Amino acid sequence: MNKSVILGAATVACLSAGAAAAGTLDDVKARGKLNCGVASGLVGFATPDANGEWGGFDVAVCRAVAAAVLGDPKAVEFVPTTGKTRFTALASGEIDMLARNTTWTFSRDVDLKFTFVGVNYYDGQGFMVPKELGVSSAKELDGATVCIQTGTTTELNLADFFRTNGISYEPVPIETNAEAQQQYLAGACDVYTTDASGLAATRAAFEAPNDHTVLPEIISKEPLGPLVRHGDNEWGDVVRWTLNALITAEELGVTSANVAEMAAGTENPEVNRLLGSEGSLGEMLGLDAEWAKRAVMAGGNYGEVFEKNIGENTPIGLARGLNAQYTDGGLIYSPPFR
Amino acid sequence: MTTLTDPPKESFRLSMLIYDTRYRSATIQVVALMGFMLAAAWLIDNTITNLESLGKTITFGFFTEPAGYDINQRLLDYQSRDTHLRAALVGLLNTLTVAVLGCITATVVGVLVGVLRLSKNWIVAKIMTVYVEIFRNVPVLLWIVLVFALVSESTPHPKTFKGVDTGAVVVTNRGTYLPEFLFSNSLGDLSFFGASSLRFNVSLDLIAFLVVLFGGLFVSRKIKRSADAVQEATGIRPATWWKRLAVIALPIAALLYALGFHLGYAELKGFNFKGGTHLRNSLLALWLALSLYTAAFIAEIVRGGILAISHGQTEAAGALGLRSGRIMSLVVLPQALRVIIPPMISNYLNLTKNSSLAIAVGYMDITGTLGGITMNQTGRELECVLLLMAVYLIISLSISGVMNVYNSRVKLVER
Amino acid sequence: MSDTSFVRTEMLEQKEPPASTIGIIGWMRENLFSSVVNSILTIISLLLVAYILSGLLPWIFQSSWNATSLTECREIFTATYGTTHGHACWGVVNDRWLQLLYGFYPDHLYWRVNLTLVLTLAALAPVLFSEKAPRQLLYLTMAYPFLMPWLLWGGSIWGPIVVALGFVIGYFVYRVVTEAAGELIALIAGVAAALIWWMVLSGVVVSGLDSVLPIGIEAVESRKFGGFMLAVLLGIVAIGVSLPIGIVLALGRQSDLLIVKAICVGFIEFIRGVPLITLLFVASLLLNVFMPPGTNFDIILRVMIMMTLFSAAYMAEVIRGGLAALPKGQYEGADSLGLNYWQAQRLIIMPQALKISIPGIVSTFIGIFKDTTLVSIIGLFDVIGLSTAIRADTAWNGIYWELFAFIAVLFFIVCFSMSRYSMYLERKLQTGHKR
Repeated sequence: MNKSVILGAATVACLSAGAAAAGTLDDVKARGKLNCGVASGLVGFATPDANGEWGGFDVAVCRAVAAAVLGDPKAVEFVPTTGKTRFTALASGEIDMLARNTTWTFSRDVDLKFTFVGVNYYDGQGFMVPKELGVSSAKELDGATVCIQTGTTTELNLADFFRTNGISYEPVPIETNAEAQQQYLAGACDVYTTDASGLAATRAAFEAPNDHTVLPEIISKEPLGPLVRHGDNEWGDVVRWTLNALITAEELGVTSANVAEMAAGTENPEVNRLLGSEGSLGEMLGLDAEWAKRAVMAGGNYGEVFEKNIGENTPIGLARGLNAQYTDGGLIYSPPFR
Repeated sequence: MTTLTDPPKESFRLSMLIYDTRYRSATIQVVALMGFMLAAAWLIDNTITNLESLGKTITFGFFTEPAGYDINQRLLDYQSRDTHLRAALVGLLNTLTVAVLGCITATVVGVLVGVLRLSKNWIVAKIMTVYVEIFRNVPVLLWIVLVFALVSESTPHPKTFKGVDTGAVVVTNRGTYLPEFLFSNSLGDLSFFGASSLRFNVSLDLIAFLVVLFGGLFVSRKIKRSADAVQEATGIRPATWWKRLAVIALPIAALLYALGFHLGYAELKGFNFKGGTHLRNSLLALWLALSLYTAAFIAEIVRGGILAISHGQTEAAGALGLRSGRIMSLVVLPQALRVIIPPMISNYLNLTKNSSLAIAVGYMDITGTLGGITMNQTGRELECVLLLMAVYLIISLSISGVMNVYNSRVKLVER
Repeated sequence: MSDTSFVRTEMLEQKEPPASTIGIIGWMRENLFSSVVNSILTIISLLLVAYILSGLLPWIFQSSWNATSLTECREIFTATYGTTHGHACWGVVNDRWLQLLYGFYPDHLYWRVNLTLVLTLAALAPVLFSEKAPRQLLYLTMAYPFLMPWLLWGGSIWGPIVVALGFVIGYFVYRVVTEAAGELIALIAGVAAALIWWMVLSGVVVSGLDSVLPIGIEAVESRKFGGFMLAVLLGIVAIGVSLPIGIVLALGRQSDLLIVKAICVGFIEFIRGVPLITLLFVASLLLNVFMPPGTNFDIILRVMIMMTLFSAAYMAEVIRGGLAALPKGQYEGADSLGLNYWQAQRLIIMPQALKISIPGIVSTFIGIFKDTTLVSIIGLFDVIGLSTAIRADTAWNGIYWELFAFIAVLFFIVCFSMSRYSMYLERKLQTGHKR
């Protein structure tokens, strides 16, 4: 009896904490912490290290938002979510934003009532096969056994791909990447399919990565981006423009190394507007003038974040590809700060 | 002479609701009922308010939409364009499959291990103890994952069978292929529910087989009865075993010949084997892990049941000249059964419920379909989870219902 | 009569038993090779054991403990053994064992978790080893429900004290009103007083006391809980809280009150009829929908609530078994003493029924404890969830068996020792009840 009451009291204490009230921005400021939903362990995108510090490409977005809003990139509570729980966690107000490589789709946007504030990684579903199989195209996979990581759009894309190409396959749905990796290496499936970034990370962990190859076909569009609840546009703007600030910072050559210096004022008015030495963009967002400066200082601009977590110098070794700035032939493009 | 008079009738007062034992139980019940209804109303009201603010309504319309995903291990025909309802149905059958298979194997292994733990052979008894303790004390989720990985690591890749005559049963790291039953003059199928999501086919060959089998069994019983009658009358039992065997076996053999029965073996074609009955590794691993885990508990129950039978029974049976195997099967186990059955029921229930961990190995049971991909794709958590619970509840209640009937039949009838 | 005697007059020298029936050989003949079947069984068993060990032992012992990444492990193995297969890379355990045990709990506060564990054992001692533990420990047992959350979650000391005060107030009111208006009304008044205290006054009092005399320890959010500690915590909370609920449910199920009985049976059978994973889905997906709008408590508390409900149903069945095992004479004896229902329950029935139920409670605990691994499926970082997170680290991506082996050993040690305790208890209780 005793304990139940104590827990009850603890519960009551927590009641005040959550609450999807009117303004998420005000809630976050009052709380002094940003609740950010992330994947519960995804190589390169969200991983806790030995000290429980989170790091990764998606985590960096959370940190940038926390730095912009609260002035401290560490003021983030990372809430690990699964494919099942992520949307409920966001809808119920348990988290303020979700940065968990979530594909922006029509039904998630419209039916589930979320606002995708942008795209931080353009991904697509690909296939990995052992080289000895001698397969050079996914269309040659008739009758193959395919390992899929479940709980995402992956199995739908796969079913559609094989159906439209009129070839058969044997799906082996697997819950976690680690298991899928084990099954693939044990030869229990001929092919492993998941997002191309995941394939690259998995392949990099193999003992002999060169024995495996990623097939050229990318069978789906997977624009991954942070999302917030429908109906709170102020907060949506904050997250959207924080992401855009990181992207614009790269475009304008603002890095974590020179941001302090550039914040003092430069010849380029857009840099000045971005970093707050000119205009009042921060105020319009409900933040102070230096919000973007802090966001960039948190982990660097978009390019730096990319290079540090998943770029070519990391074990994962992803090329920028589609995720290069539009000036370099990629799709990463931020509306102007004006 | 004294006359008994009724005590003076008290007029009803409100306090009697509490202090008078005649009314008190009614008061408590009414209060409890009101409390229960209030709590239920509160929950429902909250749910409605919350769903409204999320802009959702409770609807099962998604069931008629195409599911979009494939399911590998299935008993019904299913494609990715079939509806979510069909997918849930396939999942339900998968749950039942693994539960039934698991219960049977767990019982066999469990009884065997339970008896062997009491073996006089020291090393056998010790190995069984180690098995029971290791399996009982490690979470079943871990066992399922580990067995899945072990099965796929320890079995050969299909391509190692290239150019090898594989025979009837093929064990590969994608699963095990058993021969399938084929009929060259098949009678066809009986289809129900047309093309709807609930459609299913029943093989007429199977029905014919069952009809002939039960007919044979019926005649065989008749023969036994008449032999009993002869024995009662004359004291000599006529030899009937060949007659009884013949009335069962001959018609079946004739039927199978007429239908053109033959076995279909799996053959290596392209990446995988084709044909045969394919038991996927996910099913095998789940089946094996659940059986071994539950068998460890059943072994303990069986051992406890055997130990509960007084030693005098064994000694008396020994004095009658029975061998130790027969003592076990004729004297001890039938008596132990009464102690064993009730906890066995709850272990069957546990196995069925634990089969919901199939998602850990990607076996598409009802949790994997209705409570997994369907829920993820449609975002209908409330409907899916409640339905999922209802399904499991019905399965559990049916199992315990059936087993309780069985239990009351084997129970010792007491005065 | 001749003198020839056919009867021996002196005893023969006692002989040693034949060499084949004593010592190691005798033992082996008796226990391993007593018949042909037995001999075959023995040989098969030995081969089996040898096969398993030949695979397992090299993997366990020809291993690396100090590597800091899987790549390093592979380099070491290639250098030492020439192959990377069949060797365990224990470096991951060496690197992450603290995290596997404590989750993300701040490392300078590990002592609080350890102290809580020690306190748990000490608080349980009077219950579990009733004759050996000193009686004074009972005070600790009473304080434990308030101490444990305070130590783990931290924060102001006034919270738990004020909550505890609620019980004192409730009891006080109960005593006073009993004299004036009888027991039932007193009970209602007591509960009402305590509820008013907790719901209305306690918040004000706590903040008041806090501003006057801020005593407290560093607060830790429940999100930081994880690893093996989370499993233990969930197990203890679920069992501890479900015990009173289970008692009420068991009594309700036994009672003659039709509606009360129906509600209790319905609850118990419902919970026992669905898998825990569906209840965890409810915790992670639906519980917020069932609560008033704006309510939002974190996932660990939600899981605790559902696990408690889950174990309450099982607990009710265990206690019902205990109640059923009591001889009817005990109930009749209590009636003949003129005790009312609650007095009889409190003084005669429950002390005995609970004592008989302890082995069952311990097995329920083991079951719940093992089932806590399911929370990994809804994304909590228990040991299995953490192992997924560790594998997502680029240093350890691709490691598989070592983590599972470590987790299995961890669970085995704890569950095995608890089941041994339960057996010891069963033996002890059995001798007490044999007539």
